[in-house]
Amino acid sequence: MKPAPFAYHAPERVADAAALLNEFGDEAKVLAGGQSLVPIMALRLARFEHVVDLNRVDELRGIERTNGTVRIGAMTRQADIERDPTVAEAIPLLAKATPFIGHFQIRNRGTIGGSLAHADPAAEYPAVAVALDAEFEVTNPGGTRAVPADEFFVSTFMTALDTDDVLSAIRFPVWNGRCGFAVEEVARRFGDFALTGAVCAVELDGEDKVARSAIGMFGMGSTPLRATDAEAAMAGASVIGLDLEEVGRTAAAQTDPPDDIHASATYRRSVGAVVVARALRRAIEEAQRG
Amino acid sequence: MADSVAVTITVNGQGREAQVEPRKTLADFLREDCGLTGTHLGCEHGVCGACTVLLDGDAVRACLLFAVQADGAGVTTVEGLTPSDGALSPVQEAFREAHGLQCGFCTPGFVVSVTAFLRDQPNPTDAEIREGLSGNLCRCTGYQGIINAVRLAASAEGNLTSASTIV
Repeated sequence: MKPAPFAYHAPERVADAAALLNEFGDEAKVLAGGQSLVPIMALRLARFEHVVDLNRVDELRGIERTNGTVRIGAMTRQADIERDPTVAEAIPLLAKATPFIGHFQIRNRGTIGGSLAHADPAAEYPAVAVALDAEFEVTNPGGTRAVPADEFFVSTFMTALDTDDVLSAIRFPVWNGRCGFAVEEVARRFGDFALTGAVCAVELDGEDKVARSAIGMFGMGSTPLRATDAEAAMAGASVIGLDLEEVGRTAAAQTDPPDDIHASATYRRSVGAVVVARALRRAIEEAQRG
Repeated sequence: MADSVAVTITVNGQGREAQVEPRKTLADFLREDCGLTGTHLGCEHGVCGACTVLLDGDAVRACLLFAVQADGAGVTTVEGLTPSDGALSPVQEAFREAHGLQCGFCTPGFVVSVTAFLRDQPNPTDAEIREGLSGNLCRCTGYQGIINAVRLAASAEGNLTSASTIV
């Protein structure tokens, strides 16, 4: 047995999970899909006295559309998101990002809440949440509060979640109109965490001018990043004369990517500009097709 | 030492009861408590796919799941995919036919993954086959034989086309 010993708790209600976390404080860890946490435990990079498993909390699962929002329970599995017709229709960016996560065996267990709460800066879902201004529903013994995506991610593997907080759901706003969405990434092997990647959403008006855009970058810093300078540069511009390579360089210029054994910061900035440009091009083409 | 927990897991159709430490993975439970050593452990951190089993029908890494989490669930291992008379399953037959293995260490994981993959995508394209295989590592074959085996299994399970067009 590779992980260090721990006491196992499998609550069936969110309130019970939050109560357990409140009782054990930082000696406890929440277990969601386990596709990142269990390897960390097996390699003994971390050890916990208590593991609170959310897999038996049924109320944390499900996909629900109400008016302009899709609410996804935190324990909804990536494989279910991948197959869900509501997600495909209402949050295409999330649907398109999902096949990039690991492999189908990983997505059968991995959850959206686990991926977000783990907050790997090279992961796809956090970038989608930041790009789309998703709202995080967080439950603790005191009640439930909403945390905006740009406040949720604090640093590498660090979020705004406190020790007794359970991430219970994520709410994504639905984009309507002439919209297009695309995900591009560069990884050593398909299914690996990305060296750099971009998720883009573009809305065009009737004259092919950019009514709205959202660019999320991952692998480019200690959190997923929003390319606000590049979005501002595109606002109101006609897509016909738009230099997307230049927009990509503007996006990358706003980042301070890491230097590590996988890639240098210079490489990430250079390739990051290209993936932003590619994703924007595909998103614009999709929006034009209507 | 954390207290052990009683679990009941249906493995290959047979109910198994055991006391397990919470930190024991499903893979270790299958191998040590059930004696089902067909589930192989390569990397033990979710990369290689050798330990793939079906959990209530879904292909999952048995090394990334604690046995306590499978309490009340149904697990199918590679042993459970073969007919009771000792014959090979269609996927296993295709691996033998198409030289989809050499040393065989990774093969149980591939067989379980491919069985689930072809159930969900009975007529895959080559690109879908490659993506479907991407979660399992083989260090001997170079994968071409494995890809041929999946094509062969897909055609054998579908409406038997000539095997000569496969290789």
